Amino acid sequence: MTTRSAIRFALLALAALAFAEPSARAADTPDPVADAKAFQKFFTQKFPKVKLEDFVNGPYSMNEDMHRQWEEKEQFPPYEFALEAGKDMFSKPFKNGKTYADCFPNGGIGIRQNYPYFDEKEGEVVTLELALNRCREANGEAPVSYVKDEMASLTAYMAYTSRGKPMDIKIPNDLRALEAYENGKRYFYTRRGQLNFSCATCHVQSPGERIRAEILAPALGIMNAMPIYRSEWSGMGTTSRRFTTCNSQIRGVPLNPQDEEYRDLEYYLSYVSNGLPISGPGARP
Amino acid sequence: MRALLLISVFLITGSAPTLAASEGDFKAAYAAAEIAEKDAGQLRNQWTTTEAALAAAKKAAASGDFDQAVASSKEAEALAKASIFQATSEKERWKDMEIR
Repeated sequence: MTTRSAIRFALLALAALAFAEPSARAADTPDPVADAKAFQKFFTQKFPKVKLEDFVNGPYSMNEDMHRQWEEKEQFPPYEFALEAGKDMFSKPFKNGKTYADCFPNGGIGIRQNYPYFDEKEGEVVTLELALNRCREANGEAPVSYVKDEMASLTAYMAYTSRGKPMDIKIPNDLRALEAYENGKRYFYTRRGQLNFSCATCHVQSPGERIRAEILAPALGIMNAMPIYRSEWSGMGTTSRRFTTCNSQIRGVPLNPQDEEYRDLEYYLSYVSNGLPISGPGARP
Repeated sequence: MRALLLISVFLITGSAPTLAASEGDFKAAYAAAEIAEKDAGQLRNQWTTTEAALAAAKKAAASGDFDQAVASSKEAEALAKASIFQATSEKERWKDMEIR
């Protein structure tokens, strides 16, 4: 190699590096806005006949037959009893005379679309379920189970008061919030359990497909319908219940409800569904 | 001559007499499985099947079936190691699945 060709080679290599490095870095730089845009584009392109706002109906949005089933189900919704119970619980004072309304902005009415949020003071993601139990504890009441019954009823009522409002999750200008978002994203795409499934295996790669008798829901809008009545459970279940049972079904040992990973996952999934309406409580097969 | 005859019989039948597992064998196998499962726990990636194999090992040991107890412990250890491998290999691989 002559000196001239060696110099030319070095210059070419430098030029290649100069062009390649920023794009490689860009791919790894967290960009939630771009993520949400790509996420919504992926699903709307995969299911061009489904309106964006209909994705919140999960498997019932996937084809006309399922949609008809959903319409019929909504005439006598199986979550109705939970709504009534939730409304009663929400208005019933604690022993100290205060109510849930005292713990939330706007008295807890019509605020579901803002949860989960990143608490900059505590440096962590706060879900609606966590906020409800913290409210109980702050008022001298014992926390309730995160997976069903009281918690499902309370969140069902609160979701109902937000129906139709667009999901509106914020990521504040705080590196810890971005980190929580990234952790949630990582959890969503990471394979786990003996079946080697990630959340995305079912809800990105295979929505609309059957897994045994079930039709898998798309990940887009999946949080907007929470909590849900599931025929399979013969009852109501919260987001915590959905996450823990998903893990068990793929033969993974579930984490504890409201562990950091699950809250971050909810933060990520809710953020990428920003703009889609709250439809909870939902009903699922 | 008798020893040679015995060895020949074992070779022909293709099996040497296996000694029944002892409680000590079980304890050693179970401890190894538990360590691996603990490591999987630190990676937040335990499998239900590992837990089931560990429970089966304990149950078999309690009933005095140490052969089964050792077999279940070894199965649990293998499963735990597989879950560790999964968690380690997924540290970066999850990005391949990401919608961009």
